[in-house]
Amino acid sequence: MNVTCRITDLQEEYVALYDTHLSTLQAGAPEAMNALRGKAIEEFKKLGIPSNKVEDYKYTNLQPHFKGELNVAFSNEAAQEGVSTDFNCQVPELQTHNIFFVNGWYSHQTDACPLPEGVIMGSIREKGNANPELLAKYYGRRAPIGTDGPAAMNTAFAQDGAFIYIPKSTVLKRPIQIVNIMTGDVDRLVFQRNIIIADENSQAKIMFCDHTLSSSKFVVNTVSEIFANESSVMDVINIQNQHNNSVQVAGYYASQKKHSNLMTNNMTLHAGLARNNVKIKMEDEHCEAYMNGLYLCDKNQHVDNFTFIDHAMPHCNSNELFKGVMDDGSTGAFTGRVLVRKDAQQTNAFQSNNNLILTESARINTKPQLEIYADDVKCSHGATVGQLDEEAMFYLRARGINTDEARVLLMFAFAYEVIEKIRVEPVREQIRGLVERRFRGEFDKCSSCVACGDVDGHLGCL
Amino acid sequence: MLVIKNLHAKIEDKEILKGVNLEIKPGEVHAIMGPNGAGKSTLSSVLAGNDKFTVCEGSVTFNGKDLLDLPPEDRAREGVFLSFQYPVEIPGVSMVNFMRTAVNEHRKYKGQEPHSASEFLKLMREKKQLVEIDSNLTNRSVNEGFSGGEKKKNEIFQMAMLEPKLSILDETDSGLDIDALRIVANGVNKLKTKENSTIVITHYQRLLDYIVPDFVHVLYKGRIVKTGGKELALELEEKGYDWIKKEFED
Repeated sequence: MNVTCRITDLQEEYVALYDTHLSTLQAGAPEAMNALRGKAIEEFKKLGIPSNKVEDYKYTNLQPHFKGELNVAFSNEAAQEGVSTDFNCQVPELQTHNIFFVNGWYSHQTDACPLPEGVIMGSIREKGNANPELLAKYYGRRAPIGTDGPAAMNTAFAQDGAFIYIPKSTVLKRPIQIVNIMTGDVDRLVFQRNIIIADENSQAKIMFCDHTLSSSKFVVNTVSEIFANESSVMDVINIQNQHNNSVQVAGYYASQKKHSNLMTNNMTLHAGLARNNVKIKMEDEHCEAYMNGLYLCDKNQHVDNFTFIDHAMPHCNSNELFKGVMDDGSTGAFTGRVLVRKDAQQTNAFQSNNNLILTESARINTKPQLEIYADDVKCSHGATVGQLDEEAMFYLRARGINTDEARVLLMFAFAYEVIEKIRVEPVREQIRGLVERRFRGEFDKCSSCVACGDVDGHLGCL
Repeated sequence: MLVIKNLHAKIEDKEILKGVNLEIKPGEVHAIMGPNGAGKSTLSSVLAGNDKFTVCEGSVTFNGKDLLDLPPEDRAREGVFLSFQYPVEIPGVSMVNFMRTAVNEHRKYKGQEPHSASEFLKLMREKKQLVEIDSNLTNRSVNEGFSGGEKKKNEIFQMAMLEPKLSILDETDSGLDIDALRIVANGVNKLKTKENSTIVITHYQRLLDYIVPDFVHVLYKGRIVKTGGKELALELEEKGYDWIKKEFED
């Protein structure tokens, strides 16, 4: 069932939409999801869609983007049969377990070889219904529905998404790739809800690839809850490549248990408006967290990374690095809050945000926030905003390298540090190539799944 | 090869070169010496095309072409090479990628096919041996974390890769211990042919024991005030620059 709604007055109309379609929202959805809807919509009534008057959204007013005529798919018809089977999404040299979502709905999955025993991978609707206790144990535990409007909205409306569970002591050799495709002739509003659980002593690498395949406007509100249990090692890599008419609010909310090691990489290669909320809470001792991000903006694109690392317990390490290249009239923001709570002694927390501004009109607002309540910690933060180094430019030109090429070399050198943090070599290699192409202006609009190389023929892409 | 006529150049509003005349023929080695602030490095920057400096008068022709009319990259492709006094560190740009890009841009300019990866690596290997540069250096980012001596060796390595017609060595000896100086000078001498020329800019005579000049010029207050053979360098080493200053003021 597809519903077209014209939204002018945000809260009331979204709440009315919810009330009207509640039974549809609930139908077939796991109990754990339905159980939270009521509370979530109440919170949403209070919080609403944030404008720039909300402190956390000071640089990104979401309200205008959630207005207008948008289609909401209340059923999986939106996962137009057949579309995603044509979508070739392969990182060379890397075999992955692939799971495809079209317009927020589960489409299918492909697998060259079987998953290790006990691993659950699929739609949250199906796998959540099959594993109700597991879902209930984790669902909604990290999403900040009481403080964040989009997270509350997602919890009220979401019907589908990815469910990944890695059982105790299982090492997933090949990454899981969650491919999110937005397509179709109508402008859409999509709610997707993912949950990823790495159980004790397990290891997994999860990639989210976000794409747009048609020129329609897409407004995507995604929430992913990530649980790294004791001694687990997990990498979450997001490669975002969407057209200029896309709006994506993506929340990655993670929690860590003792001795776990979590790395997040948010690579915003191309997006109209992207707001990433990346939050990691260290709920136990001896956790390690690495939070990295790269954002490349031009034209009038806007990227806002809002990050929070919560050192709630002692003896944890975190290291955060976000870098951005802003060209043309693009705008961006970075907020990096690091909270070291009173008990979190022996914390090491390092954060850095560096920006390269290529034009007079590009803008970046960067706000590192270090809050320390413990007294035996090692912490640092820093933010820089600068231009291309003229001396380096001259050095390269004096060796016979022309200005354009020298610019690409220097921009790439700037971005390189973040790319090298990715712990999956073939993905790193792929992203190196993509970033270089991006800087050369060779993918203005994506030709296919950028993360995955060219696709033949019939799937046009904007 | 290189003809400089009445060259005036300024940075912001300060005139630094006040009428430099110099002619260099193929195969010649010219040393330019002078006290601090004489304009030695300005001259090399202007020849390489650094746009921090404005040329307000005069001309420079290089093999018949108006050098001042060319952007820095084309000057390099025409065969002008500047060994920087302070080579720039460029983290994230690998030496291999940097040199491959530079060499292939030179080849493209000459209408040649770019080197294949294996051809290029072979070339790198040969040139590395020639200038005695440590293999590890070329696996790193450009000049990043290099010592002073390593940076200078790396300049000479780049010179070997690009095979320039005119090399300008700007204070290549500064900060080098005697062993590094010898290696750098040996590299320069090995690259010497009958066709290519060298300008050695230095404050001290010692480098000229290794790279023997055909001419020594003294630059003072933006002009060449004295020219002689290699014995002039020895005289300067012994007597300092004061007598030149005195002679000039008189």
